[in-house]
Amino acid sequence: MLRMVATRLALLVPVLLLVSIGTFVLLQLGPGDPTVAVLGETGTIEDYARVRAEMGLDDPPVQRYLKWLGGVLQGDLGRNLVPPIENVSDRLMRAFPVNVELAALAIAMALVIAIPLAMWSAYHAGGRVDRIITAGTVGLISVPPFLLGLVLLLVFAINWRIFPLGQWARPTEAGWAENLQHAFLPALTLALAEAPVFVRLLRNDLVATLREDFILAARAKGMPTWHIMLREALRPSSFSLITLAGVSAGRLLGGTILVEAIFVLPGIGSVIINGARNNDFKLVQGGVLLVAAVYLLINLIVDVLYGYLDPRVRRRHA
Amino acid sequence: MPKWKVGAMPRRVTGAMPRGIIGAAVAVVGAVLLYVGLVPAGSAPILVQVGVVVLALGVTGKGLQLIGRALWGPTFDLGLVLSIGWLSALIAAAALADVLPLGNARDTTLTIGVPGYQTPDLFSAHPLGTNGFGLDLLARCIYGARVSLLTVAVTVVVSLVIGGAIGIVAGYFRRWVDIAIGIVAEATLVIPALVLLIAFAAVLGSPTTVFEAVWKNSLALAVVGIPTMIRLARANTMVHAQRGFVLASRALGARHVRVLLREVLPNVALPMLSYAFIVAAVLIVAEGSLAFLGLGLQQPEPSWGNMIAEGGLTELRRHPHVALVPGVFMFLTVFSLNIIGEWARARWDAREAKI
Repeated sequence: MLRMVATRLALLVPVLLLVSIGTFVLLQLGPGDPTVAVLGETGTIEDYARVRAEMGLDDPPVQRYLKWLGGVLQGDLGRNLVPPIENVSDRLMRAFPVNVELAALAIAMALVIAIPLAMWSAYHAGGRVDRIITAGTVGLISVPPFLLGLVLLLVFAINWRIFPLGQWARPTEAGWAENLQHAFLPALTLALAEAPVFVRLLRNDLVATLREDFILAARAKGMPTWHIMLREALRPSSFSLITLAGVSAGRLLGGTILVEAIFVLPGIGSVIINGARNNDFKLVQGGVLLVAAVYLLINLIVDVLYGYLDPRVRRRHA
Repeated sequence: MPKWKVGAMPRRVTGAMPRGIIGAAVAVVGAVLLYVGLVPAGSAPILVQVGVVVLALGVTGKGLQLIGRALWGPTFDLGLVLSIGWLSALIAAAALADVLPLGNARDTTLTIGVPGYQTPDLFSAHPLGTNGFGLDLLARCIYGARVSLLTVAVTVVVSLVIGGAIGIVAGYFRRWVDIAIGIVAEATLVIPALVLLIAFAAVLGSPTTVFEAVWKNSLALAVVGIPTMIRLARANTMVHAQRGFVLASRALGARHVRVLLREVLPNVALPMLSYAFIVAAVLIVAEGSLAFLGLGLQQPEPSWGNMIAEGGLTELRRHPHVALVPGVFMFLTVFSLNIIGEWARARWDAREAKI
């Protein structure tokens, strides 16, 4: 086990290195220049040259990359280029809680929606309920997330005025009640995109579990249906769901750009997008590195947990 | 093979014709309901209208299903037929857009006399309404389909060929080839796809013509499509590479190239093709996302994504149809691709079919 974790951790290094090199090269190829974002389009040539030199953009790219990498290895992501200038890590740490909250809420909501539906569907496998739920999941998967966000806004924020129209409220400034009000619709948008996949996975696993002998034994003992579904079938069927939920959480922590754009939220996604718009290389590189590292780490944790939760898995696939 | 559940068995055996006629009657009722729901004569609240339309669609579907079953037997799958129908119609309309009698899709100088923000009215000159500049939404959706469909088609073909080739090689040779390819593929897949797309779109610059949009977006989307296809091809190859006929071929002295092309490829190609539909569905959304964020085709040229963005938060309040009409086009297309993909995968994927 320990060896497996060590190998996986070691493999993280080349992947993250490749990610950072790829981002760096891609940003170098771009046509933009951060000096334009600082000075606008009216500066003199001398101004541009001075700002470029101050930003350290006159050094050769390889040297700049290595300098940045050296900083990262010491835990320093550097300072960004376009005002407001601050430590990139401060900026990211201010944005990251938004994503953590959104991801946690979204996964929780998705599970709350998915587990009962999957159980209902699996219990009536092949029946009308099952077919309607399956068709519904395909339908929900097919709704583009930005459309889903707009429709939710239209219904809940514009027609019914239950929730605010976008924006974010930090729990430290506005209190948790208002914060949750602002977080609800974006989290629901994310959850409704994840839930159908959860439903299908759990349903298929449950259908397989319900054919096992110990379910028959429980039935024969006269156990009520709720006991069989909740206490006997759910746990052994939930392992792949846990894996998927973990992977989804990892993805949501970095991949909520669209939702952030629709609801005007100050998350990591908008930091990266703004950085890319202004050609603020360090912001983008730092953001992408954080997102990739979190994703990989969560995947690793999920894999390790999976082995602990269900020891049979290792033998079954061996 | 039809699976009969005891409860689902018809109590009285009826002939094919009576059930078909019942189906036709149900379909007609559904169509009438649909008309009532769609014609905004009675200014009922939007929720009532939506409810009636959903009910009408359900009833019509049930009727069509009954007709289909009566005519073509119990394996008739209405969803699949409708999906193929929608995609064919969309492709035909997009291909023939220039000769179809469509409204004005992009020239705002000609629409000064046309009122903007007309709501959809199926029996008017602008069946799906107009946007803020009086441009016809139906025409814009059909021209927008060109961009989406072409981009996605190019991307899928490129990803299939390149990603498929790399994935088969990785799955067949294993060892260090597999590890190296795995690291590169994983490195692309751990960056959120949209970040990657945005970075590429920023490097390539915003397209202003349809042709530019197609090649630039395809190039960016291929960066996401290729690693996905590598994974799929690799997994499928690994299933087949260990089977007897591959070993037999090797034992007969066939070279690796021959084994790959003659033994592995034919077995991997079909499941890959069926996945291609599902990947295409994802790519339609990805292409739309780029355009929605303003990195795809630029206005006034229409694409579904930029049309939805055009009807974004500020317009949503008073003119929701500007965003919803292209949204429905996009949804139906993605839905159809998913339905066809599911069907194809159940049929052709070795790992699903459990050979």
